[in-house]
Amino acid sequence: MATAATVPARTGIIRRPTEVTGWWSWFTTVDHKKIGLLYGFSAFAFFLIGGVEALLIRSQLAKPDNTLLNADQYNQIFTMHGITMIFLFVMPMSAAFFNYLIPLMIGARDVAFPRLNAFSFWVFILGGLFLYSSWFLGGAPNGGWFGYPPNSTTDPSIGMTFYALGLVITGIASSAGAINLAVTVVNMRAPGMTLFRMPVFVWMGLTVQFLLVFALPIITVALFEMLFDRRWGTHFFDPTAGGQPLLWQNLFWLFGHPEVYILILPAFGIISEILPVFSRKPLFGYQFVVFSGIAIGFIGFGVWAHHMFAVGLGPVANTAFGITTAIIAVPTGIKIFNWMGTMYKGDIHFDSPMLFAVGAVAMFVIGGLSGVTHAVVPSDYQQTDTYYIVAHFHYVLFGGAVFGLFGAMYYWWPKAFARQLNELWGKVQFWILLVGFNLTFGPMHILGLGGMIRREYTYPASLGLTFWNQVSTVGAFLIALSTLVFILNAAATQRKPKGLANEDPWDARTLEWSTPCPPPIYNFEEIPVVHSIDEFWHRKYVEDKEGRLVRVPAGASDHPADGHEEGHVIHLPSPSFWPLVAAVGLPVMAYGVLYSWWLVGAGALVTVVGFMGWAMEPPVAE
Amino acid sequence: MRRTRWILALLALSILLVACSKSAPQNTMNPKGPTAQTEKNLLVLVLWPAAAVFVIVEGGILLISIRFRHRKDRDRMPPQIHGNTRLEIGWTIAPAIVLAVIMVPTVSTIWQLARQPADAMQITVEGYQWWWGFRYTDPDMTVSYGDHDAIVTADVMVIPAGRTIDLSLTSLGGGAHSTSGVPDHEVIHSFWAPQLFGKQDVIPGETNHIVFSADEPGVYWGQCAEFCGLQHGKMKFRISALDEADWQRWVANQKDPAVKPTVGAAQQGMDLFFGTNGVGGQCIQCHGVGGTAASSTAAPNLTHFAATTHECFAGCDFQVFNPDGTPNVEALKAWLRDPNAVKLGAKMPDYGLTEQQIDTLVAYLYSLK
Repeated sequence: MATAATVPARTGIIRRPTEVTGWWSWFTTVDHKKIGLLYGFSAFAFFLIGGVEALLIRSQLAKPDNTLLNADQYNQIFTMHGITMIFLFVMPMSAAFFNYLIPLMIGARDVAFPRLNAFSFWVFILGGLFLYSSWFLGGAPNGGWFGYPPNSTTDPSIGMTFYALGLVITGIASSAGAINLAVTVVNMRAPGMTLFRMPVFVWMGLTVQFLLVFALPIITVALFEMLFDRRWGTHFFDPTAGGQPLLWQNLFWLFGHPEVYILILPAFGIISEILPVFSRKPLFGYQFVVFSGIAIGFIGFGVWAHHMFAVGLGPVANTAFGITTAIIAVPTGIKIFNWMGTMYKGDIHFDSPMLFAVGAVAMFVIGGLSGVTHAVVPSDYQQTDTYYIVAHFHYVLFGGAVFGLFGAMYYWWPKAFARQLNELWGKVQFWILLVGFNLTFGPMHILGLGGMIRREYTYPASLGLTFWNQVSTVGAFLIALSTLVFILNAAATQRKPKGLANEDPWDARTLEWSTPCPPPIYNFEEIPVVHSIDEFWHRKYVEDKEGRLVRVPAGASDHPADGHEEGHVIHLPSPSFWPLVAAVGLPVMAYGVLYSWWLVGAGALVTVVGFMGWAMEPPVAE
Repeated sequence: MRRTRWILALLALSILLVACSKSAPQNTMNPKGPTAQTEKNLLVLVLWPAAAVFVIVEGGILLISIRFRHRKDRDRMPPQIHGNTRLEIGWTIAPAIVLAVIMVPTVSTIWQLARQPADAMQITVEGYQWWWGFRYTDPDMTVSYGDHDAIVTADVMVIPAGRTIDLSLTSLGGGAHSTSGVPDHEVIHSFWAPQLFGKQDVIPGETNHIVFSADEPGVYWGQCAEFCGLQHGKMKFRISALDEADWQRWVANQKDPAVKPTVGAAQQGMDLFFGTNGVGGQCIQCHGVGGTAASSTAAPNLTHFAATTHECFAGCDFQVFNPDGTPNVEALKAWLRDPNAVKLGAKMPDYGLTEQQIDTLVAYLYSLK
């Protein structure tokens, strides 16, 4: 075994870095695992920031006519809460798991384009920092994450220009990442890893990457039109000059609804991995779970106008989109039933990952049911733009996606860090989170039906909804407490010495667990040859004559163990500065759009130099 | 199982609380007119199958979790079931049938609510940042003076109880456009009075419709439901439904021009309002007062500012009268002193009025019965 050689190569003026350890290596790494961890830590930091924004929102709404925040501050905070949680937390956190796990699960050494992977991460984090710099440069975006013009295009503050530019930047990150991961799944699978032997998490990953590739161009067009309207006086959305405000809404939701599935399908993949492992049973109806996920992806492009039932599209459009919205409930239901089928007759171990996964299913069901009531268009005339909707999508995206992501953290923590999170504190966190979550978002159904609109910075006592607002605020602080428990658990765990008594602590089924914890930089000493779904499981267990599973004694497997021949060279791409250089140019260009053409030129130069250096350097340092 | 029952009881209790809460004036579960009633009925119709699915799935998850949880004495692997095609087909088709059944009344109601009866009373709703204007466009709803324009009101829409109303929703600018001549701040709003009708968006360049009626006389609450900028949260309105006699009285009063006080503080306030003596006159740049030279439509029409006890101003953020019927003088004074201080971002400028000037303006405005 070996890694890349150590002779430094000179490409132009900068020495190609070769260090794979030390703090500097984090800036030059092209290793999918390190990039996955970078994604994870950054996304979690944004989760905390978005969470603080949520606490500010709930504190403001804790009593009627509150003056903790004024209208201006409130509008910025609720806008940034949405942007942060969607674009800077759930999407990159999913990217973290995809990055870390997809190559390991399909038996690859890295993603298809390792430097592009680094570029994606740097563009994402710089885009996020660019968005947040708006707080110090004249005000954060204040027109909602949905940014409806003409309000967003005529607002005099600078915030929505940051919004348009910032989301274009993070969109570049997501597009590059999506192409990279899709190519990885299609081209880099180990011998024998046919598409229908892939773990469901990889399937959902592939589906999400395709959704991204098709949905992001739509929002990018819309964002550029908004930018032109705001910055250079065009009239795409200006009704007084013949523009069409509804054009934005159609473009935005044609992106925005697939985006919902971009956020939730990773969690579906995670749940589909965790439930079989902790039920000691294979996933029930693998093909149905896979195909229903793909179906959700397709139908997800055909339901966007259900965000626009009150817009006045007319009864024909409302009928059509009401029906498609009802249809998408079917494949979602298939998944739920198959998960129940997986647990049925199982031998269920309720370790923390399992608690979060089952919690995610249970909470998502509630969000799914309230979603069906939105398909009932006339009833949605009452509910749209009220807290009922806020309740609905938090049950889906927090109850579904975030519970799933926490489950994933508990499940794959030993893989990445060779330490196991404390089980007791994991359970404590789960139960506080479950109670806090339901206290926060459950009452919002009542608030919405009781007539509380979204995005209002305060409400009068005479609305009669003070009590449920207070319950919701208490719940939000319980969610904060549970997050604190998680952070303390993680910090305490990381102080313990590295090393696991059992490198396969959950008795897992998929290939990533066949590697050491944490996996070496090259992942597999020998690329595994795959014979079935749940390959790793079948290396550990065989069925006896009565069809019962028995553990294979160590060394007696009919699968050859991973080779231990010494001395053959594994070619891995060397670290590189260039992705970071190329990425730095993008926010510089964006600041240039706001302040000076000279900066645009400078940023463009940096990016071009970055791409040039990238193109010219050899794949490995020589 | 105890937990399931507990959750169900809590759910029923909370639905009950919403349904019975008479003190919530925007409660969609307590409709006061046929449109809101139809919309509520449809939701309740869906809640039954939704509740059934909730119980089956959540109960199923709980039961499976309890029944099949790992036991210490169990050392054998469970049966390795990979799936069951018949079951899969079953749980694909069954929900599809339930959904198809739900969609039948849904679709028919979509079309039913889209119908615009020819004999409905016509009112045009105008959304501004951040207040509402109402224009009564029926031919018999014109004023008795000037060009016999339509009656207009701001923030309170008055209707006859029981009559079917057809609202035309338009978005207009407000604020600066009166002086610059170019409409601006035309943004999207949404018109919503929860106890009377579900919302429809108010979109610049488009005209949407809401058809509704109020069963009983009363004051109904509403507010803008689509984020429309800084003071979206305080863009409210009231719908006042009157019985036939009150309605006739109200219409007759609205047809009259504004009162012109001839003595005291009210007259001084009027002079300041119109700039008659060379002082003031800024008010009429934006506000209209019927039967006078003040004809701007950029800000709320003040012709009958204090006509009824349920009047409100500044996006219904403030009531003109206290609940006991006395004038809410302090709120109006605070507003005139510095609109931005009481409502951040308000389009009405602070004219640096003296306390004495404010007193006279208040007297004038309250004389506008």
